[in-house]
Amino acid sequence: MKFTCFHLMPYRPLDLKAAAEHRSAWVVLPNSFYDPKKGAAEYDSYLDQLTYAEKLGFDVIGVNEHHQTAYGMMPAPNLIASALIQRTKTAKIAVLGRALPIVGNPINIAEEFAMLDVLSKGRLISGFVRGIGAEYHSTGVNPAFSHERFHEAHDLIIKAWTTTGPFEFEGNHFRNRYVNLWPRPYQTPHPPVWIPSMGSRETIEWASAPERKYPFLVTFSAEAAVVRYLNMYKETAQAMHGYAASGSQLGWAVPLYVADTDERAKKEAKAGIESLFNNFLPMPWEMLLPPGYTSNASLKATMKIRTALGSRARNQTVDELMGNGTAVIGSPRTVLEKIERVRGQTGLENLIVMPQFGVMPDEFAKRNMELFASEVIPKLR
Amino acid sequence: MSVISPAEPPKPETLVTRGTRVRIRRAGKGKPVLFLHGAGGWPAWLPFFERLSHHFAVTVPEHPGFGGSDDPHWLRDVPDLAMHYLDVLDGAFASPVHVIGHSLGGWIAAEAAARNTRRIASLTLLAPAGIRVKGVPPGDNFIWSPEEAIRNRYHDQSFADALLAAPPPDEAQLDLDLQNRVAAVKFGWEPRWFNPALEKWLHRIDVPTQVIWGVQDKILPSAYAALWGERIRGARITKVEACGHSPHIEQCDLVTAHVIDFLERAGA
Repeated sequence: MKFTCFHLMPYRPLDLKAAAEHRSAWVVLPNSFYDPKKGAAEYDSYLDQLTYAEKLGFDVIGVNEHHQTAYGMMPAPNLIASALIQRTKTAKIAVLGRALPIVGNPINIAEEFAMLDVLSKGRLISGFVRGIGAEYHSTGVNPAFSHERFHEAHDLIIKAWTTTGPFEFEGNHFRNRYVNLWPRPYQTPHPPVWIPSMGSRETIEWASAPERKYPFLVTFSAEAAVVRYLNMYKETAQAMHGYAASGSQLGWAVPLYVADTDERAKKEAKAGIESLFNNFLPMPWEMLLPPGYTSNASLKATMKIRTALGSRARNQTVDELMGNGTAVIGSPRTVLEKIERVRGQTGLENLIVMPQFGVMPDEFAKRNMELFASEVIPKLR
Repeated sequence: MSVISPAEPPKPETLVTRGTRVRIRRAGKGKPVLFLHGAGGWPAWLPFFERLSHHFAVTVPEHPGFGGSDDPHWLRDVPDLAMHYLDVLDGAFASPVHVIGHSLGGWIAAEAAARNTRRIASLTLLAPAGIRVKGVPPGDNFIWSPEEAIRNRYHDQSFADALLAAPPPDEAQLDLDLQNRVAAVKFGWEPRWFNPALEKWLHRIDVPTQVIWGVQDKILPSAYAALWGERIRGARITKVEACGHSPHIEQCDLVTAHVIDFLERAGA
C-alpha cells in the first residue's frame, strides 16, 4: 500500500459563529473574515506538516485546489507544490487536482505541471478534476459545458505532454494555433494522472479505460460508498475494458485520526471533524451542484445519497461520521482494522490520508501523523 | 391566487423545424402571436394566453432545450435560439407575426429582430434579458434556493405562496424541471443573462416595439427599461406598479389590455 499525506489547508482562525450567518463558507463568505497575518502563519504550519510527512515515511504529499473559500487556501496549488519541492527530497508531490474546465487556457496547466515535474526531477503526480459546483459560481464558467471542457482540456494537456510540437489544437472550447511546450515533462510519457472524484459512473468508465488506467480516488464518502465505487471501477475495467484493475488504481481519500485509545482519538478529533463537515464544507445544492454540472440522473441520485452534503440544516457528529466510515478515527488497532476492512472488500492499495481537518490544531495533527506512521503504516505495507 | 388559467389548456402539438421537434400549444383565431417563454420554461396555460387568444391566433412553443422539446446538439447559446425562431417564423406562419417575449424569451425575440424583422409584425418585450446596464447586475437566480427564486419572482407574495403551497412535482415533472434548469444555465450563466454583442445592434429593430417592466422586478431591475428605450427607436416603455418580474402574470388585466391595444395598433 502507498500512503499520501493530503491537505486542504483550511483557514482555522475563521470565526465559525459569525461565518454561519452566511449562506456558506464558499463563494459568498466575505473575505474580511480572512486575516493575511494569520493566513501566513497557517501556510507555515501546513507546509511544516506536509514536509514532515516525507520524514515520517509517507510516499506522497498531496495538495489540492479550491477557490474563494475558507475550506481551503490553495486557489493556486502549484505554488504550494513548488514550495514543497524545495523542502523535500524523495516524496512524490501530488496536486489533487487542478480543475481543468474553469481555466481559460489549459495550456497553462500543462506548462505549470511540466515545470513542476522538471523542478522535482520527476516527482510530480498530477490530478485532474472538474472543480466542485461552487467553483462555477466563483469563476463564472458555465457548468453546462463542464464535462465538455474537462475532456477537451484533458486531451489538450496529454497531447501537449506527449506530442512533439508545434502542433495545432482545434477544440470547441479551446483552440491553440501553436502548442509547443517548453519545458516538457521530466517523466515519460508524462506525469501520472490521478482522478479524485465524488464517484460517478461516467467518470469511472472514462478513468478506467485501457488507454488511461488513471487511479481513481474516492473522496469524502461513507465506507459503503467507497466500497461500491472502487468495486464499480474494478468491474468496469473487467467487463467494459477487459482487464483486471490493479490495487494501485484504487484510492481512498479519508480524514483520519489516530491516538493511543479510541476515546482519546474521538475526543481530540471531534472539533476538527465536526467543523469540517458542519462549518467549512456545507453549501446549498445550488452551489454544490448547479444545473448542468452533472447529468440529471446523477444529480437526482446524488441528492438521494449525499445527505451529508448540501444541507445547512444537518449537524453531523463525530459519532455519525465515524459510524458510517466517512472519517476513520480511533486507536492504531481500530484504524488498522477499518482500513483492512475496506482493503479486503476492494483491494485498494492507494490510501490518501488527511491527518489535519477543520480547526484541528498543529499539535494534534503532528501527533496523529507520527502515530499513524509508526503504528499503522508498517502493518499495511 | 392562481397563475393558471381556469380554461382548459390546448393540447400540446409538435412543431418540426429543420428536424428539431418542439412542443407547442395553440389557441385562437386572427393575426398570429408567438409567445416566447422565460428561463423557467413552459409556464402553464396562463390567463394572459387565454385572453390574447380571444383576439389573436396564439402560439406558445417550448424552446429547444426546454421541457418536452428536443435538445439538439447544435444548440449552444441564445443567438442559436434566435436563428431557430427565424426559421420558425419562415416555416410555420403565413404572415408576419407579433412576437412577445418574456425575460429569456424577450432576449431571444430581440436577437431575432436585430437580425431580421421581415417576418415580425411587432415586438413586445416583457422584462427582457439580453443586455447589461453596467453597475446594475440582475439578481442571481442561480444561487437562490427554490423558495427564494419563487419569492423573488413576485411583488405580491400571495402568488409565491400559492406556488409554494402546491404539491411537490411528480417524477416526470421533476425531470422536466431539471431539464429546464439545465437549459437556463446553458443560456444564462455566462455572461449572466446577456449577450455583450446585442446592445450595439438593437438599432436594427425597425418594427413597432414595446417594453413592459414591473417596477419591483428583483430579477432584472426596471432600470433596464430605459436602455432598451434608448437603443430601439420609438419603443414604447411602460412601467407597471406593484409588479415583479412577470408583468403578464402579476398584473394580468392591465398588461393584457395594454398588449392588445398595442398589437391592434401595430397590426392595423
